[in-house]
Amino acid sequence: MSIIVGYVPTAEGTAALDRAISEAHKSQSRLVIINSSRGDAIVDKRYAQAQDISEVTERLEKEGIDHLVLQPVRGNDAANEVLEAAEKYRAELIVIGLRKRTPVGKLIMGSTAQQILLEATCPVLAVKAGA
Amino acid sequence: MDILSSLMGGFATALTPMNLLYALIGVILGTAVGVLPGIGPAMTVALLLPVTYVLEPTSAFIMFAGIYYGGMYGGSTTSILLNTPGESSSVVTAIEGNKMAKAGRAAQALATAAIGSFVAGTIGTTLLVVVTPIVVEFAVSLGSPSYFAIMMLALLAVTAVLGASRLRGFASLGLGLAIGLVGIDSVTGQRRLTFGQPLLADGLDIVVVAVAIFAVGEALWVAAHLRRTPLQIIPVGRPWMGKQDWKRSWKPWLRGTAFGFPFGALPAGGAEIPTFLSYVTEKRLSKHPEEFGKGAIEGVAGPEAANNAAAAGTLTPMLALGLPTNATAAVMLAAFTQFGIQPGPFLFANEGPLVWALIASLFIGNTLLLLVNLPLAPVWAKLLRLPRPYLYAGILFFATLGAYSVNLQAFDLMILLVLGGLGFLMRRYGLPVLPLILGLILGPRVEGQLRKTLQLSAGDVSGLWSEPIAVIVYVIIALILVWPLLAKVLRRVRPRTAAPAYAGAPAASDSVAARDSASARGTSTTAGGLSGAGTAADQEPPGTGSRHAADTTPANHGQEKS
Repeated sequence: MSIIVGYVPTAEGTAALDRAISEAHKSQSRLVIINSSRGDAIVDKRYAQAQDISEVTERLEKEGIDHLVLQPVRGNDAANEVLEAAEKYRAELIVIGLRKRTPVGKLIMGSTAQQILLEATCPVLAVKAGA
Repeated sequence: MDILSSLMGGFATALTPMNLLYALIGVILGTAVGVLPGIGPAMTVALLLPVTYVLEPTSAFIMFAGIYYGGMYGGSTTSILLNTPGESSSVVTAIEGNKMAKAGRAAQALATAAIGSFVAGTIGTTLLVVVTPIVVEFAVSLGSPSYFAIMMLALLAVTAVLGASRLRGFASLGLGLAIGLVGIDSVTGQRRLTFGQPLLADGLDIVVVAVAIFAVGEALWVAAHLRRTPLQIIPVGRPWMGKQDWKRSWKPWLRGTAFGFPFGALPAGGAEIPTFLSYVTEKRLSKHPEEFGKGAIEGVAGPEAANNAAAAGTLTPMLALGLPTNATAAVMLAAFTQFGIQPGPFLFANEGPLVWALIASLFIGNTLLLLVNLPLAPVWAKLLRLPRPYLYAGILFFATLGAYSVNLQAFDLMILLVLGGLGFLMRRYGLPVLPLILGLILGPRVEGQLRKTLQLSAGDVSGLWSEPIAVIVYVIIALILVWPLLAKVLRRVRPRTAAPAYAGAPAASDSVAARDSASARGTSTTAGGLSGAGTAADQEPPGTGSRHAADTTPANHGQEKS
């Protein structure tokens, strides 16, 4: 069993990671960190760079959590990558960060979070930044 | 005085609100395509050719000039912030520029690049104004034999000197010449390479070919490599420079300009060689050589000035002789033909107002670029977050629309697809695109001059070298062609003195003599690589197996030592 966290190098992503770490401590399960990009733009600020990732792994090692960091660039949406990992690693919990969006913005843009919430087969914990 | 008044007339034309607007559109588009890697000014001008049919030629060329200069500006932004050159001429900028940005000096790097480009562009354009009429005066006196020789020089020089592989260069040139041959022979009326297809009798439209090779080929190539790990862009505020930066930048700007302009004006110059030369010079002359490799501002200022000056220089042979030396100039030359304007030495006489408006717009475009680039650099960097499928879908759409709109026949779309596939394969196998485009555009004109020469001399081949200029040019061509052979011979002569040491020494021994000669060979190999004739070093003179073994072992030792 494992805990999946969708990570992006933003306030929301960090909040999700923080929460996922405390959940992993509680249940003593493996933490799988997913940070994906479709890889179709030359620059994607939501794709964590090596330095950022090494900071995250350093922290996890210090806290003594069994972890796995995945950065798939396969042209899939982030939601699909998280769901696929949840199935593959038999997730007991998915932790995601939520952005503040207006209802209209949600209507137009849809969202990664929504897709994960609707399609996941395990409980999903949604965290907001600064909460 | 005559030049000055013509130039003022040009400014009067270029400064009308409409033309100013086109200049602004041009510089904005140019900067955008310069920022995006893979999309260059040549592709943009090619895509816009069909659109500009409805415009006045003057407005169209003002826009093209803006795109051309803008591309040179935009490339530096990507080089500095992303370490991925947006244009081939900003490769060198990335070396120091990205280091500066990583050290938190991105704003200064962008500023010195933009202001240096402005300074070099302005000086370069001034030189263009001064030099071009002189070249024209000289060019008007040339006869067909000389003209033929000069065009041959341009074709061969671009093919043989630029690019890594001569074989690939000549293959590409051959393709271009062959495509240029399609259609009815203008002298005898015979059909050539038409395969019985009446639609091919008029020849292939240059617009369709250029759009296919540049836009469709590139789009397919990118589509084949769409997934890549995203890069991180270094955040930056508004570019600015401190007093110290100005002090360290102004000399490299001027030196870069001095390198750039003449190289741009030469048939085989291009913008890459002068940027490299400028970088090396700045490194040698710098008072802070220890900063090179860690983000020296001179290493950004010099090459950026050089590539803009080269851009101005390139326009000299294009306007004075009708000889393009880079892809964008080639496509612009095609645009001249599309508008029914005959490029060549008589361009200034026949189309004076247009040419001077074009030159005046270069000054204006340069100033606009500085105004657009300095405050907006962070905005341009945002362009890199654009998902490329959308971008290339748009390019393909415009390419198809443009190709169809030229003659309104579906047959052109077939040609677009076929040649787009060719463009893709050329990228796949590393064939440079420039020789093809030059061959396509210059080929028919070269043939015309050759035919004229032979008609004048009543079919006598000696008519080809009946003018002194032609003879001189042929000597230069011969030197260019023979140079790699010569370099090979020279290189073979040098190690030959040490060769007995190879033969005498047992294969496994590493005697001092063998090691020395190996290191000498090693240095000569690097020198060959820099001069672009590195292949000669790889092709060892035929020798025995044991000699080869002896050759490689000490060479490895030498490398470990150094």
